Amino acid sequence: MSPTPVYLDAATAAPLHPVARQALLAALDDGWADPARLYTQARRARQLLDAAREATAATIGVRADELSFTPSGTTAAHSAVLGGLAGRRRAGAALVHSAIEHSAVLHAAERHVAGGGTAHAVAVDRVGRLNLTCWAEAVRTPGVALAALIAASHEVGTVQPVAAAAELCAAAGVPLYVDAAQVVGRTAAPQGWSVLTASAHKWGGPPGVGLLVVRKGTRWESPWPADERESGRTPGVLNLPAVVAAAASLRAAAADAAAEAARLTPLVDRIRARVAAEVPDVEVVGDPTDRLPHLVTFSCLYVDGEALSHALDRRGFAVSSGSSCTSSTLRPSHVLEAMGVLSHGNVRVSLHRETTEADVERFLAELPGIVAGLRAEAGVVGL
Amino acid sequence: MSGPAQVLDCRGQRCPLPVIALARRLPGLPVGSVLRVLADDPAAAVDIPAWCRMRGQEFVAAVPDGPGYDVRRTH
Repeated sequence: MSPTPVYLDAATAAPLHPVARQALLAALDDGWADPARLYTQARRARQLLDAAREATAATIGVRADELSFTPSGTTAAHSAVLGGLAGRRRAGAALVHSAIEHSAVLHAAERHVAGGGTAHAVAVDRVGRLNLTCWAEAVRTPGVALAALIAASHEVGTVQPVAAAAELCAAAGVPLYVDAAQVVGRTAAPQGWSVLTASAHKWGGPPGVGLLVVRKGTRWESPWPADERESGRTPGVLNLPAVVAAAASLRAAAADAAAEAARLTPLVDRIRARVAAEVPDVEVVGDPTDRLPHLVTFSCLYVDGEALSHALDRRGFAVSSGSSCTSSTLRPSHVLEAMGVLSHGNVRVSLHRETTEADVERFLAELPGIVAGLRAEAGVVGL
Repeated sequence: MSGPAQVLDCRGQRCPLPVIALARRLPGLPVGSVLRVLADDPAAAVDIPAWCRMRGQEFVAAVPDGPGYDVRRTH
């Protein structure tokens, strides 16, 4: 008999919120027309889009005309970086970013560098928190067009000092882009930024909806070929039913966010403590207190990350891993690398609204035996 | 400063194998001597210093002409 599935990878994609499902099904009937046209069906679609935009903007505390929907969180991140740089090309061609940004931001930075620009990665400490001294120095260097900082690490959960980083950017006259994919719908969005992005499937919305927020007065220029949709910020017709579902589920997730954080934070504390105590030779990484409520990462010495992921999957546990053997590039996670922590045998566990205490207890009960079994197979016990 | 007492060739091996080989070999060396681990898996650059920190051994340096890492047995 196969074990009951326990899904512990919400930081990649949270299970679809029931509100999202309802809204999606309803909007499939009403929201198929192109909102830009001038007939009845289009007007109905336009109403749905406007309502989704108003609701989403109100939930994250911005103006509706500052918010655009994009075809994914990745597209939003690419737009934020490349558009922020394009809008400030007269100020210079330098991008400053933390060393622990999401790969979407780093790939946009690579594109910028390939086009003749520069990119400077700012270091983090052992728990994965931005070094503000290095950040201050980097953003006040002449020629910096944009700075990018993730709100909280998607790999290790450490919350970043966004307010302090934003003040340093403001003093230097540099706009700040914040990737808020792991915080929107879970905690209050940070302040002080000029551009912000998020991704619906991280909060229980459907995949294929991103948010791009550009504050009034920000010099931002679309990096894409011209298109009149979404205030010219992102091309292509939107998946309107998915947008409607994203907006509805964000409102529901945000309404429950404080209670969910209060429920999940002690479960993550329990995982951190029990894994450290009950699995020998393990490194639990990230800040133990100033962290996301739902995410914890650890690395098991001498264990192959891919083998560990498969072993957990055979017992019904779905987790993510930053080990090199689990990546297409065969490089370890750049986040673990930047922190200088063990990268092999890595597991990221991220909880969501359907995660129960019993799920966590079963994971904690089975993990030590799974790790011990892999170590026995590899002949590394007692090293 | 003396050079490495022994060289452990882990080129072509994927992590965690170079770290496992290091953990097996180092206790056989006299305290104070240096083991050079040759490893071309990029993860070794992270994992060998991390192993030294977790085990209280001294990570001396990455070999300039690498890919290699010098580790001193301290206990």
